Amino acid sequence: MTHLQGIAASSGIAIAKVYPLEAPDLSYSKEKVEQPETEVERLHQALEVSKSELEKIKEHTKKSLGDEHAEIFSAHLLVLSDPELIKPIEDKIKTENVNAEAALDETANMFIDLFKNMDNEYMRERAADIQDVTKRVMAQLLNVTFPDPALINEEVVIVADDLTPSDTAQLNKQFVKGFTTDIGGRTSHSAIMARSLEIPAVVGTKNITSQSEKDSMIIVDGISGDVIVNPTDEQIEEYKQKQADFEKQKQEWAKLKDEPTVTSEGDHVELVANIGTPDDVEGVLENGGEGVGLYRTEFLYMGKSQLPTEEEQFDAYSSVLKQMGDKPVVVRTLDIGGDKELSYLDLPDEMNPFLGYRAIRLCLERDDIFRVQLRALLRASVHGNLKIMFPMIATLDEFRQAKALLDEEKENLVKEGHQVSDDIEVGMMVEIPATAVIARQFAKEVDFFSIGTNDLIQYTMAADRMNERVSYLYQPYNPAILNLINNVIEAAHAEGKWAGMCGEMAGDEIAIPILLGLGLDEFSMSATSILPARTQIRDLSKKEMASYKEEILSMGTAEEVVEFVKEKTQSK
Amino acid sequence: MVEKTFTITSNDGVHARPATVLVQNAGKYEADINLHYKEKAVNLKSIMGIMSLGIPAGAEVKITAEGSDEQEAIDHLTTTMQNEGLGE
Repeated sequence: MTHLQGIAASSGIAIAKVYPLEAPDLSYSKEKVEQPETEVERLHQALEVSKSELEKIKEHTKKSLGDEHAEIFSAHLLVLSDPELIKPIEDKIKTENVNAEAALDETANMFIDLFKNMDNEYMRERAADIQDVTKRVMAQLLNVTFPDPALINEEVVIVADDLTPSDTAQLNKQFVKGFTTDIGGRTSHSAIMARSLEIPAVVGTKNITSQSEKDSMIIVDGISGDVIVNPTDEQIEEYKQKQADFEKQKQEWAKLKDEPTVTSEGDHVELVANIGTPDDVEGVLENGGEGVGLYRTEFLYMGKSQLPTEEEQFDAYSSVLKQMGDKPVVVRTLDIGGDKELSYLDLPDEMNPFLGYRAIRLCLERDDIFRVQLRALLRASVHGNLKIMFPMIATLDEFRQAKALLDEEKENLVKEGHQVSDDIEVGMMVEIPATAVIARQFAKEVDFFSIGTNDLIQYTMAADRMNERVSYLYQPYNPAILNLINNVIEAAHAEGKWAGMCGEMAGDEIAIPILLGLGLDEFSMSATSILPARTQIRDLSKKEMASYKEEILSMGTAEEVVEFVKEKTQSK
Repeated sequence: MVEKTFTITSNDGVHARPATVLVQNAGKYEADINLHYKEKAVNLKSIMGIMSLGIPAGAEVKITAEGSDEQEAIDHLTTTMQNEGLGE
């Protein structure tokens, strides 16, 4: 039995076998062979098996993510049938009398280098494609398992160093019961995706990959952050009980699904959800979300070879709006750059990506990209209750420019004979401290604020949220943060506007009472946090929490705040 | 041997998706089919060959086919070019 402590990233409990998702060892030795025909035969067998694997992955991706995402695998399949690749490998085996591994590796590398040296970023990316497929064949030749999340067909817990968003997107909930990683935090992409998919997850365990083996039993407790490898029978029983309790509690929460979110005195606040794709809407409605407070549109742009078209975007936005009916849907325009790269845009590497060319900064310069999104949004607006917000606004001028582009495209669309809704609220994210400080001035021009706490905290505390060494500075309850938040809410209310929050903090048990007291109007969180939050808010008094406001805002440390809130809320 | 010249109209040049369809369709014929761009010629049945040319928008390319079913092949590939919005 091995016990590890990580960061609880997505609630729920998983008990299953370990499935390591790691780069397999593909080292080989180059050998002289007596019978090249046997090697050619081995090569073709490996190719055939690899092709049938890819076919399966393609079919699976088609079902789970759609035709578009599956297309990349059609190209991969063609690489494995490519005469210009296969013939040179065969020739090499026959003329040099070398084993299939060496011939494959050397030939593939020649092509990979060729692509890598092209002066076009898109072509350089293709080198990675060739690498991926040839690795699969190499694994076949060496008889080592090539891990593939989409091929899993039994109940497992994925164990990996880290999961990329596309790894996570390929996970099949039916079989993948949970995952745990060495690195990452509550706000890393894999954690956010896990909550969207409602898969229990523990991240940042530091060394789970070295502490577990394929097929050993593992327990992942996404509520507490505990991970247990090779648990005892008693522990399995104990966690099965916890799992059942969690399910029961979920059912309790479910009773509040269609109830409004009200405090003990009957004050209403809005509990809405963060989503990444139209598929997430189902989870929002199942969890009783009163709307969508943050629709991250980046996923439309990620994992593909070119920009999404206006039609593609229109379909996605309309789908979300239609599914949500008259409930509000706040769409955040493209927030790319920083840690979220798009290979096909060929953005230069930056020293400080989080302080660099990203989000609205990129969109205002590349208005060719931005306008397409705005048009798609405006056209979709007639299908529901759309609100638009711009990310990473630092200055009033940026907001005005973005708004002007939106107005221009609206005018164009109307001229072209399209219908556009007339009451689209246009707001902004408050992530940059500069805007929180002069929120009063912004409040006169925006329709609403949405406070993005993940970035607001990182920028206010000057601490990279991906850097584990400074993770202690990620302090949502630091009075500096709370004062900024208060400033934003007061500014909004002074102008008759509303203020929401769409960071992780909005669904946090300690933060909720504070935010309620500060007068936050809208709380946007992972869909799975909505019902627990609604349950919590029913027992809270907004008046009482508001009476602590000055005291909390004048505290010196985050610890004082936490202690105070616990004392005031748990005494009941 | 038959041949036909096209101008690439797609804004993105010959990208993965249309290239995939071209190669898949070329693979259905017995004839030797080549794609010529500038001074280079590559086997149109090879995805890597096509991609390695990095053909941009506006480029002039030529497809040649030689073999028993060369006419069918070139007709089919012409339709493919048009259907995929690649060129005319």
